[in-house]
Amino acid sequence: MIRFERVSKWYGSDPALVEIDETIAQGEVVVICGPSGSGKSTLLRTVNRLEPIQAGRIEIDGRDIHAPGTNVNELRSRIGFVFQQFNLFPHLTALQNCTLAPVQLGRLSRSQAIEQARALLERVGLAHKADAYPAELSGGQQQRVAIARALAQQPPLMLFDEPTSALDPEMVGEVLAVIRGLAKDGMTLICVTHEMGFAREVADRVLFMDAGRILERAPPAEFFQRPQHPRAQQFLVDIRLPLP
Amino acid sequence: MRDLIDTYWVYFLVGQYPKGPLGGLALTLLLSALALLLALPLGLALGLARLSPWRALRWPVSALVFTVRATPLLMVVFWAYFGLPALTGYKSSQFGTMLVALVVFDGAYLAEIVRAGVQGLGRGQMEAARALGLSHLQALRHVILPQALRHMLPSLVNQFVSTIKETSLGYIIGLSEVSFIATQINTQVFTKPAQVYLWLGVSYFLLCFGLSRLAYWMQGRGERRPATASPA
Repeated sequence: MIRFERVSKWYGSDPALVEIDETIAQGEVVVICGPSGSGKSTLLRTVNRLEPIQAGRIEIDGRDIHAPGTNVNELRSRIGFVFQQFNLFPHLTALQNCTLAPVQLGRLSRSQAIEQARALLERVGLAHKADAYPAELSGGQQQRVAIARALAQQPPLMLFDEPTSALDPEMVGEVLAVIRGLAKDGMTLICVTHEMGFAREVADRVLFMDAGRILERAPPAEFFQRPQHPRAQQFLVDIRLPLP
Repeated sequence: MRDLIDTYWVYFLVGQYPKGPLGGLALTLLLSALALLLALPLGLALGLARLSPWRALRWPVSALVFTVRATPLLMVVFWAYFGLPALTGYKSSQFGTMLVALVVFDGAYLAEIVRAGVQGLGRGQMEAARALGLSHLQALRHVILPQALRHMLPSLVNQFVSTIKETSLGYIIGLSEVSFIATQINTQVFTKPAQVYLWLGVSYFLLCFGLSRLAYWMQGRGERRPATASPA
């Protein structure tokens, strides 16, 4: 479904991504982890072109998405993106956050969009908060609305950029539960996260990144029990996950 | 004092109207209102152009804004007065001249207010809107501006109040707005400059104070629902 081919990016002369080669299959759940500054968020953001790349190509279903002339709005409207800071629209209610794009993009009529939004808020457990403004919601609730907003695009692919990093610890569980549900439903999902328990349980594969490179790619059981690369071993020690 | 008001109040309010052209406080009001109504959309357009991802739009507008901001209004008035007829080959009225000068001048200042208001929102809101597949303009219209305009309101009111006061510079090109009329009255009466200019001052104060109270009242009405941006 997604293919990275020798993807590189620099900030000035600092390399952010170095010749990334990777393929992610339809329905796969991939967790990207690594120390901060390793390029994991940057890599995720190249998939819907929030970040440009300077070399290589990224294909989604065979289409080179960074090619000049690609309709970037159309591309993004088919990819759900969830931000670390939620980025809900504070002047709109939870429901309106979920109806804005489908209506403005002409996907759904207003009444269809409202119906869909109610169903999605139900799915993330927030049907009763449909008319609340973001400022009236807890962090965990805001992030769940943000997930519902992304799902309103009916995307075949969802990207999560550290979805629980800005949350108080007691709210992490409710958000992960929603993401876990999506994974079970067979959605293609890429998640940058430090939640190693979640990765172990939900991911089909773990990618470990450092200094702009993917140093290790393995199923979670293998990655957590027998990390091959010294940097990955060190990382697992640093986040205090006991090595067997 | 009583005599002064009895004799001159009509002249102060409307100038020579209806026997001659409209003037006085009525003309000041009309000029201010038109200048505000025209400068706001211009400022919005210029401000958004300053933030535009398209360089061909951003650069010339930035140049215009910097030029106007580095110029006294009086000079813009002179340019409009002497330059416009030379450019268009058509002698515009004093009113039209002053209106053009005010709209261009305030448009540039409003543009900076709009730019600051939009940038103050932080990158997250624009990113979230674009990530949903909305175009730049859709994102501005539905996500950015509804929030930014609310944050901008105090600065906008400031600029509007300035506009009212700036109409007094019409005096210099012989526009019979209220300062010009007051000076005329003073010339005729000759012995009571303090009273004449006190009345002029009170008139400006009432206009400006009234406008700012009105704006805050409207803001208060709009703020029943919570809409402050969460820190991004």
